[in-house]
Parts: sequence; C-alpha cells; structure tokens
Amino acid sequence: MTSVGVNVPRKEAPNKVTGRARYTRDLCQPGTLYGLLVPAHVAHARIRAVETSAAKGLDGVKAVITGDDVSFLTGDVIEDHPPLARGKVRYWGEPIALVVARDAATAQRAANLVRLHCDPLPVVNSVAEALSEHAPLVHDEVGSYTIATPPAAPRRHSNIADEANVTKGDCDQALRESDVVVTVHVSLPQIDHAAMEPRVATAEILADGRVLVVSSSQAPFEVQKLLAQYFHLHPGQIEVTAPLVGGAFGGKATVQLEILAYLASRAVGGHVVTLANSREVDMATSPVGMGLEADVVLGAASDGRLKAARLTFYLDIGAYADSAPRIARAIAAQCTGPYRVDHLHADVYAVYTNHTYTTAFRGFGHMPMTFAIERAMDELARKLGQDPLDLRQLNALAPGDLSPTKARLTSSNLGNLPETIQRLKPLIGWTGGAPYAVAPHRVRVQGVAAFWKTSSSPPNATSGAIVTMNADGSVNLSIGAVEFGAGTKTAAAQILAEALRIPVSRVFIRDEVSTATAPEHWKTVASLSTYMVGRAVLDAAQDVVRQLKSLAAVVLRCAPEDLDYGNETVFVRDDPTIQLKYADLALGYQYPEGDSIGGQIIGRGRFMIRHLNLLDQETGHGRPGPAWTVGVQAVEVEYDTETHQYQILKAATVLDAGRVINPAMAHGQVRGGMAMGLGIASREQIRYGPQGEFLSNQFRTYKVLRMGEQPDTYLVEFVTNPQVDAPFGARPLGEHGVLAIGAALANALSRASGLALNALPLTPEFIWQQRRTMA
Amino acid sequence: MNIFRGPSTLVLTINGERRKVVVEPHETLLDLLRSPQVGLTGAKPGCENGDCGACTILLNQKPAKSCMMFAVDAEGQDLVTVEGLVDAPVQRAFLDHFAFQCGYCTSGFLMAAQALLLTIPHPDPHQITEWLRSNICRCTSYEEILQAVREASER
Ligand code: FES
Ligand code: FES
Repeated sequence: MTSVGVNVPRKEAPNKVTGRARYTRDLCQPGTLYGLLVPAHVAHARIRAVETSAAKGLDGVKAVITGDDVSFLTGDVIEDHPPLARGKVRYWGEPIALVVARDAATAQRAANLVRLHCDPLPVVNSVAEALSEHAPLVHDEVGSYTIATPPAAPRRHSNIADEANVTKGDCDQALRESDVVVTVHVSLPQIDHAAMEPRVATAEILADGRVLVVSSSQAPFEVQKLLAQYFHLHPGQIEVTAPLVGGAFGGKATVQLEILAYLASRAVGGHVVTLANSREVDMATSPVGMGLEADVVLGAASDGRLKAARLTFYLDIGAYADSAPRIARAIAAQCTGPYRVDHLHADVYAVYTNHTYTTAFRGFGHMPMTFAIERAMDELARKLGQDPLDLRQLNALAPGDLSPTKARLTSSNLGNLPETIQRLKPLIGWTGGAPYAVAPHRVRVQGVAAFWKTSSSPPNATSGAIVTMNADGSVNLSIGAVEFGAGTKTAAAQILAEALRIPVSRVFIRDEVSTATAPEHWKTVASLSTYMVGRAVLDAAQDVVRQLKSLAAVVLRCAPEDLDYGNETVFVRDDPTIQLKYADLALGYQYPEGDSIGGQIIGRGRFMIRHLNLLDQETGHGRPGPAWTVGVQAVEVEYDTETHQYQILKAATVLDAGRVINPAMAHGQVRGGMAMGLGIASREQIRYGPQGEFLSNQFRTYKVLRMGEQPDTYLVEFVTNPQVDAPFGARPLGEHGVLAIGAALANALSRASGLALNALPLTPEFIWQQRRTMA
Repeated sequence: MNIFRGPSTLVLTINGERRKVVVEPHETLLDLLRSPQVGLTGAKPGCENGDCGACTILLNQKPAKSCMMFAVDAEGQDLVTVEGLVDAPVQRAFLDHFAFQCGYCTSGFLMAAQALLLTIPHPDPHQITEWLRSNICRCTSYEEILQAVREASER
C-alpha cells in the first residue's frame, strides 16, 4: 500500500493556509441582492398580522415576504414546518418575514420596520411541560400532517411528534430477577453546532428555468430533491453547488435557507439573492441539537452481567420535527450501548416544545443516548464495587449476538470492543477509577465510557464516482460528497490512487460539488463517506482498469487477462517490457500510422448499501446500518473538592477503525471530536428564559472550548479489525470522538465528588448545587 | 471626532499596497476587505461581534478583529490580511501539523499567530494560549494549532 494508510495532506490544504479556499460567502457575484430573515421575539403566539408596509416602502427594498405568501409545509419526515411562520409562531427566533434589499444595510433597516401583531400563547418551555396534562399544544394539527418519509407516528392532540419502541424478551420479569438494579435520570440541554461558518445560501432563477443554488450544505442532492418537490420543478432544472463548507457537524444536512433563498429570488423576478445567517440567527433561527430527558433502569446479576434494561428517552426536538423521527429510531436501535441485554424495553419519544427546532448533531442521537447508558453503567459498577472497564468488557456485545433490533452481529460488522478496552488500560495508565488525593482538597480521578454507532441511513442511500483520464495519464475524480473538514475528498483520492497504483498527486479532485456534474451522493453525513464513496471509487477504478486493459490488449495483441498494471503502465504479465503507458491510452490509442482506436478512459462506479431495512413499528426489529464502530474513551481530571473546579489532564480514545486510510487526519478527527465533546459536557448549553426567550445566541452566552481549556494530553489509538465490505476494511470514525467523552467526564467527576452527576453541562456551579441539594 | 454622513474616500495600505477606497460610514473593515472593491475574502465573518477571531488581520503589525472596526477608522493604517502572508513559517507549520480541518478559522488563527510571533518571537506555550484564546476553532482539538505555532516560533 502506498497511498492508503499514509499521512497524505488534505488536497485543499495549501488553499486553506493562504486565504484562497473559497466558501459560499466568498463567491458573491456583483449585483447580488441581500436577503434577511426577521426573527420573532416571542416563543409561542397566534399571529394576527405581520405588518410589512413600512419596510416595503423603504428605498432599496425589493420585496418583503411573510408566511401569508408561502402556503406549503416542509419537513424531512413529517411535513409540519412552514418556511416562514404562518398562523402561529412556535419558537423564539422563528422567521416571520424575509426582506430582500439592494444591500445588507438596507435589508437590516427594513427588517427593523417589520411588526408582528400577535396574541401570545402559553409557552411549552421543557419536555416536562410538553408532556404534562393540559399542556398547550405546539401543533394543534399534530397527527394530520403528511408523512413525507415514513415511518413516523405522531400522537394526536399531544406534543408527541413521534415515538419508536424496541422490545426483546421479558423486561419486567428479568428486572425482578436481577440481583442489582440501578436507576438513573439524565437531563441534557439543547446544544448548538456552532460551525465557524454560519449557514448561507444563494439562489437565482434563470430565464430558461434553471435554478442555481449555492449553499453551505452537507446535502446538495437533498436540496435539489426538496426544491423540486416543494416548487414543482424538474430535478434537472436545479443545480445545487456546495463549495467548501466551514464546519457542519450535522447542522448543515437539513434544508432551510435554500428554500428561503429560492422564495426570495422568485419574489424579485429570479434575480440572484444571498441569504447569510448572522451568528445570532444561525443559533436561534436555524436548527440546533436536541436536548434529552432519559430514564435508565439496568438490572444485573451479582457478577455484573446485564440482565435487563428499561429505557425511556424524551427528546426535546423543539418546534418542528425535521430529522427527529430518524434520530429517535437511531437511538432506539442502539439503545443499550455496545452491551448484550437479552431483556429490553425501550421507548423513544420525540417531543415538541417551543424551543428552536433541532436536527442531526454529530453522532445522530448517539451522543446523548450514550451519556444516559454510560452514566447508568458507571453507577452499576459503583454499586457492584466492580472495575468500570471490567464491567463493560464483561457485557460487551460479541459476534454471534443480536443487536437490540435483532440484527445479527459479526466480527466484520461489529469490531472488537474488548480489544479497545485492553488497549486503553496501558494508554491512560488505568487506575481502576478510584479517586486519590494529590494535595489538600485536590483529587485525581479517571472516568471511562464506551460507545457504538452505526449509520442509521435510509436503505436506499446511494453514492457514485466518475473518473476521467487526462492526456498524461493522471485522473480527475468526481464524487458527490461535500468537503466540510472531514477530509472526504482526500480519502477518496487516496483510495483511487491505491486502486490505480498511481501517486495521490496524480488524482485531481474539485473542492466543490455540483449536482449537475457530480454523481448522486445521498448526504455527506453519518461518517459514511469513506465507506460509500470509497466503494463507488473502487468500482470506478475497476472500470478504468478494465478499459485500460481491453484497449491495451488490442494494441499489444494479447488477451486482457495477460495484462497487469502499475507505474502508470499496462504490461504483459510475463514480459513487463511489453507495455503501454496510461498516457498512451488515456484519450484512445493512436497507432504510429495515425489511425486511432478507443476514446477517453472514463470510469464509472456506484454503490448502494445492501440489506438495510426500516425498523418495524411494532417490534422495532430491523437492520439500521451496514456496520458499527465501537470504542472506549477516558479522561483523567484533577478536581478541587472545595471550589468544584477541575482540569482535564488527559483525554483518550481507542476505537476499532478497521483500517486507517489517513492516520494524521483520523487522529485529528478523533481529537477534534473529543474537544467538542468535552466542550459540550463542560460548558455548552442553550438557555431559554421563562417565556422561551433564546438566551444563548452569541459566543459570549454560548461558550465553546477555547485554547487553553483543552486537555493537557490527548491520547488516540486504533485497533484494526477490518470491516470486510468496506474499502480496505476502513470503518467510519468521523463523528465518534464526541460520543462518549462527555459521559467519561461525568463518570470521573461523579466518582471524584461522590455525587451522581447526571446532567450537563458540568460547570463548577452545577456541581456545587448538586452538593447543596445532597446536604 | 470625525462625523461621517455619506460615503467617504480613504487611503490605506493593504498587503503592502497603498490604495484608495470608498466606504460607507456603517461599513466594517471586514466588509471593506471582502467587498468587490478590495476582494480579499481570506478574513472570514464568523460572528461579526468580536467573539471568534475568524476575521483577524494585522493592523500596524498588531492583531485586530476586522469586524470590530469601522472601515473609516482604517484611514492611513497599514493592514495585512492572510493573502499578504508569503511563505510565513506559521503557514508551513499549520500544513505540517494538520492544524485545521474545515479551514474556516484558519486565516484568523494564522494572523493572530503571525501577530504573536512579530511581537514575541519565541513565546512560551502559556503566551501562545493567551494570545490565541481570542479565536475559536470548532473542528480541531487546539493541540494541533498550539504545536504548529510552537514549531513556527522555533524556525
Ligand atoms: S467575525 Fe470578527 S471576531 Fe468573529
Ligand atoms: S478548522 Fe474548522 S473551525 Fe477550525
């Protein structure tokens, strides 16, 4: 292997250190009009009127659109979401109008003149309030909305947008027979993706009917599909371009600004309009990550073996469903964590509140789910007096077991959690988890947590690759996956280089994706791109090799089977001196006499995940993804028992990567995930006021990790049990650094403080409050 | 104090070139740099509120958040944007240490680091941290950035 397993720098890296990398907002063309969303400053209200006359009268204002002008509903799964508030406002920050003006300043002045006349309604400000008897309904119409992508099970006259259940064995009986039972209630706030590039979309409708959209999207093909659907266009009319994206984390996989930008352009005769979120709008108006309230009951035998789990998850999905039904099912499918539990009952409820609506967040529900399970596992270890790593190893799912949804697990699709646990111990210098004093009032302690995750992709997710050969034998690779920092393009280039036996520098790949020229790729999400794109790239490479050989066979007067390739040549296996260069074949072969045969070498490849199905609504059985990635994470902290301040000394991850395509990028992804997870666990929180006011719409009020707050040492190692159907055996790992590190921190601090810290964020103030409540 | 009502013309130096530009009184320096008039899009809007540092440039060799300054206040000043860095050691070090993923924060970090190294050629890790706390990176672990700046200071 010369290209796979090597620290190839990102293809676009030189552009990124010179300011030459172009993101959506850097591409603004002259004459572009400016759109601006006008957010509601009320969380729940019936709209009487949105008054726009003053705004419309302002010089330079081209259009002002309100919910009255847009009658359709949008939604990935449940169509419950008007692009602009219509009839009701359901969250603080919901757009009530869209202004289009000559320049940004005029748009802002006009936005200030828009008036909302409304009758405030009681605010549903938490999951508990949403579920209480006589709770006000966020959606009066719940249950009558169109389900665009089944399954989803909204409950009439309630705030329950959806529920998913999984059962196995006899949970009640097994809990009664358990020697030890632990009960944990977990409470996690909504969080923001906080990608450094705020979301932005530009739209233009050409005179010939073509629609050009440029967007900071992880899912340009989804944008194309939904615009076609909502505006009754042919998909081919719509060209969506996704340039380099400045961080995404799931928050840019949903379609919001693109619809609004199209509406804006349509309102001004198809002129190009750009709609760029300010940070405040990006946080309050565009979707965030969901909150969670969960009840976990685990029953175990006295030796620590898990017997039963009863799990209830309530997701604070905010005002609209978006991907929540799919996330609810992902949580249901992996609800036990990577542990064998034969008797199981899990209910996952997606609950509407008057909070900002939510969408996928790095890990697709697995991060909050993992927090709940891993807190309970640590409490169980505590109760049993068992080493927390031993308890996890004892219960680890193994090949031959069934997943919670009864998918069969194999060494290929599961990976090896026990091996990661064994590797973690020397890596972090495992102490067993008991706190020990290092100075007066100061203790050190380690905490651990394990995770597993699969893709939860739809069963018909597809990907493709097109390879064209240049005259010199180098190749151009076209894929539909977006580059938002995960190194997807570089990994794809490495895989192609390996397969064609050429240097990575001979593979050219564009930074941006256009739906008009790239083959369809479902969405750049779920850490799946290396798997899906990689398989398509391998397929395309095979096609290229087949074409090279069949053309060379004619010229060299042999059978294609007699030929091998390497060093940018095709040669006769038993006499490599009889050979042709790729360059001789790239655009067809020309005989010395001048006549030519063949034509350009154009390889095409495609891939679809096989054997997936949707979970059965009754039993919850089904196969949610092609394979799982398992791993274990740990932190070592120094905690002050008086001030409750703490410092993270070490953060470690060992995961089963199958095989690592690009070690430097993989380590960076995992370390970055840990930093994000520790930021989320230690300080991040969207706060709402008593009337549902969104209070965390800037980096002053929504604190993320800054330099100096990161752990002193990051430790990352991979074990490598290949996933046999993946390119070179590589398992997904892009999201995984974030999954269990927060739980590991909560476990460490719970041990250090002697408290059960089951909520986030773990601020010193929160720990102090817990202590006071205990006392 | 100057009062600006309409567009005004100013002269300033951008990446070593003296130029004349026309600006509106409400325009920030970041707006001006990114406008078609100047066309330098390396400095990024991340918050336009002084919190994230994605818009950081050098203003008379010192780091400045270009979103927090009105363009009119840049009259006569010397500005350097990321496009004005030419083979700076810190660029090479960011490449070598994989000190970015999405790259959106990178221009700002590079300029903050460049300003640091101009002011303190051999900073200790504590000084690096103090200087770069002004910027946010959501993708990396900061470890890579710290290492890169350390190495650049040793070159
Ligand atoms: S954009 Fe200037 S500090 Fe964030
Ligand atoms: S590399 Fe993405 S924000 Fe720093």
